[in-house]
Amino acid sequence: MRKEYLTVENIVGPLMLVQEVSGVSFAEIAEIILPDGGIRHGQVLEINEDKALVQVFEGTSGLTPGEVRVKFLGKGLQLGLSRDIVGRMFNGFGRVIDGGPPIIPEKYSDVNGVPINPEARDYPNEFIQTGISTIDVLNTLVRGQKLPIFSGSGLPHSRLAAQIARQAKVLKTGEQFAVVFAAMGITFEEAQFFMNEFEKTGALERAVLFINLANDPPIERIAVPRMALTAAEYLAYELGMHILVILTDMTNYCEALREISAARKEVPSRRGYPGYLYTDLSMIYERAGRIKGKSGSITQMPILTMPEDDKTHPIPDLTGYITEGQILLSRMLHNEGIYPPVDVLPSLSRLKDKGIGKGKTREDHAGVMNQLYAAYAKGKAAKEIAVVLGESALTPLDIMYVKFSEQFEKEFIGQGEGENRDIIASLTIGWKLLGMLPATELKRVKQEFIDEYYPSKQL
Amino acid sequence: MSIAVVQETLTIEHRVLVPPGISGTVTAVSPEGEYRVEDTIAVVSGEQGETRLSLFHRWPVRKGRPYRSKALPNSLLITGQRVIDTLFPIAKGGSVAVPGGFGTGKTILQHALAKWCDAQVIIFIGCGERGNEMTDVLTEFPRIVDPRTGRPLMERTIMIANTSNMPVAAREASIYTGITMAEYYRDMGYHVAVMADSTSRWAEALRELSGRMEELPADEGFPSYLPTRLAEFYERAGMVETLGGREGSVSVIGSVSPPGGDFSEPVTQHSRRFVRGLWVLDRQLANARHYPAVSWLESYSEYVEDLGQWWESKGFPEWKSLRGEIMGLLQQENRLQQVVKLVGPDVLPDSQRIVLETCALFKNAFLQQDSFSPVDMFCPLEKQVKMLKLILLFHERGRRAIQKGATLVAVRGLTICRELMRMRQTVKNDEIEKLDRMAAELDRSMNELEARYERR
Repeated sequence: MRKEYLTVENIVGPLMLVQEVSGVSFAEIAEIILPDGGIRHGQVLEINEDKALVQVFEGTSGLTPGEVRVKFLGKGLQLGLSRDIVGRMFNGFGRVIDGGPPIIPEKYSDVNGVPINPEARDYPNEFIQTGISTIDVLNTLVRGQKLPIFSGSGLPHSRLAAQIARQAKVLKTGEQFAVVFAAMGITFEEAQFFMNEFEKTGALERAVLFINLANDPPIERIAVPRMALTAAEYLAYELGMHILVILTDMTNYCEALREISAARKEVPSRRGYPGYLYTDLSMIYERAGRIKGKSGSITQMPILTMPEDDKTHPIPDLTGYITEGQILLSRMLHNEGIYPPVDVLPSLSRLKDKGIGKGKTREDHAGVMNQLYAAYAKGKAAKEIAVVLGESALTPLDIMYVKFSEQFEKEFIGQGEGENRDIIASLTIGWKLLGMLPATELKRVKQEFIDEYYPSKQL
Repeated sequence: MSIAVVQETLTIEHRVLVPPGISGTVTAVSPEGEYRVEDTIAVVSGEQGETRLSLFHRWPVRKGRPYRSKALPNSLLITGQRVIDTLFPIAKGGSVAVPGGFGTGKTILQHALAKWCDAQVIIFIGCGERGNEMTDVLTEFPRIVDPRTGRPLMERTIMIANTSNMPVAAREASIYTGITMAEYYRDMGYHVAVMADSTSRWAEALRELSGRMEELPADEGFPSYLPTRLAEFYERAGMVETLGGREGSVSVIGSVSPPGGDFSEPVTQHSRRFVRGLWVLDRQLANARHYPAVSWLESYSEYVEDLGQWWESKGFPEWKSLRGEIMGLLQQENRLQQVVKLVGPDVLPDSQRIVLETCALFKNAFLQQDSFSPVDMFCPLEKQVKMLKLILLFHERGRRAIQKGATLVAVRGLTICRELMRMRQTVKNDEIEKLDRMAAELDRSMNELEARYERR
């Protein structure tokens, strides 16, 4: 029988100070028993002599010091795991919320995970075909990578993420991904969109959902990605499945972190976010990858909406420093009606070089990629000059580049939401567009590939 | 003083050192043979009494190891990266900071340096960075062959892995651990290069610990002793005469990850005060896939002055003047580009457009370097100098041809110019004489062109 403390001294925001405790450990989970028998949960954030600071997950409204009883459970935040979690829906605290029976766990895992020794990691180099040209050709995703989508409110990041979840596969094996989906503080409609999507495509049976809606307690939001990744690690490393983790929306997560940090009266860093935001985010993002000797993998695709579309805001900025690249969505392309509105120039996948080329995609891939980038950048620069001075100021070559960049946006970036282009099809479109430029301009492609793939004028 | 040697790897001979501060007479020595690290191999008796020496000794990481004297760095740390060796060189024993926002290629550059620089020992401190990048090094380095020794690169590399999700207290210490190891190998008489990726994460660890200890914050929440700590770190670089009388050096290359790519933040600003070189990574260049994205306008190296003599001694006395010439052209190009942005390139006379043309050639054929291409990833000094000469020759001859009435289009249309564009990929490191042939061909084509216009 564990001790129940009646010594709650004060309550501030989500925090509760319990006095005269003994034998309590850091990050331990506590049960808070209300006078009416209701139970809430909390976690120990700080211990000072005989005082413990408890953060209450479900919020502290309605709690009265002296009336609530606190019981420390002697363990950290854990998630019960078994094969049966697939196809189920949980809240941020790891409870089943789809109305079905509770999970009978085979094991419990601490949700914080442990850092992976780089020596134990296997380097991600298996090409994942998403069926989206801008990603496959220009910002190649590989298995075990963490590649976020930087978006803004009103942009179709959810549709893009759903399309990727639907189409993603590894070329040779044709294996599909199982999806772990973590919703943090998103609206009911957005969550419903994903559920409908998963249901329509039959992905729901291969998905684990962790849902924390916008009106759920923010404290619970902190636990959501950790729960989701614990589930993903179990499925990937113990059951050998390939997992795609979609985390949406990381901005809400960081807001929750800031809220709690402020309640704890910590010294704020940039824009009021806590100084440990980088460390905290890295503890989430770094839980992607492959491990030597395990067949499964975790690929992460976090989504975040940049406040005011500002890439230098602390959240996208710190995320970019941890993740292996980013897919940036552009409001301008979206307004022009181009889907998916991937802003090609600032987007990047750091692991692409290891996942492309001969034997993985096609031998000319790297050259085509660099050439498309360079030509598009040149076209955009020329277009800017044309805006100021009119097209007459451009050389005939510049005009070719401008035309190229316009066509590139329409045909290469733009594609249908249901359109699943394989890598060869995407490369073919790339070559077709490069055909608009004289072959002498293609400085980034090896001559042998120009000879083989460059479309001749007769066509 | 070293008392014994152990072949640590086939590349590195580990010279067992007498710990600093120990002196006296050797009273006992073990014979040659195999020993465990803790075994006593010699006994020294002196003022401090009798000291048993083993194959290792302990040293507090936060304290710099002593040396006899420090010298001014005066020999080049060859990196094989053209933009660095030719434009912004670092000397052995020098220190350089590499600021750049995310996605500008800091890590790729650090990896390239770790692979190709001619230090004998490389210490790579992965400080609060990505786990997969560490894995990349761990899987790649054993496979890459060091061009100087013919052995795998891993045999001269020490990695300190503290990925971003590992404890912050360890991250704060990792920088010191790395630099102490470097000093230890320096004391054995080696030239050591330390790559710290990234010092910003280290500074953040400092901030986090300072915050937890409830110290008064200074700029952006960083503790007020940040500059002192940075200075202490960078000052441990240097070319020294060791206590044992050998020559050794520690060169430090620290990357900085300024939040939001904003270079006015404290870590970048303070680092600049303590290093003598800065390689600024430019977001615009990175977006245009110009790698390494080292900005030629904002970067600098104070070692240029010190290294002129070194280049001369290696048979390249012209290096400093060539460098000056191309830097001048780049400045001129920058001004012209501003005009072009306002009124378009057409209004410039061909005599000015040839500057743009030369700089475009220089950027494409020289400054860009593909760290994944076997031909281009390492560029020997001879090739660098010859390429640069060739580009300047193009400028000189192009300018003359235009003076004589040729048009820029005609100059640009020469077949040799297209070859120049591709020379970094087509001329292999063991066939550098090809560049001489290209120079002769360039001269010939230009003569022909001039002759054609003179006849009219």
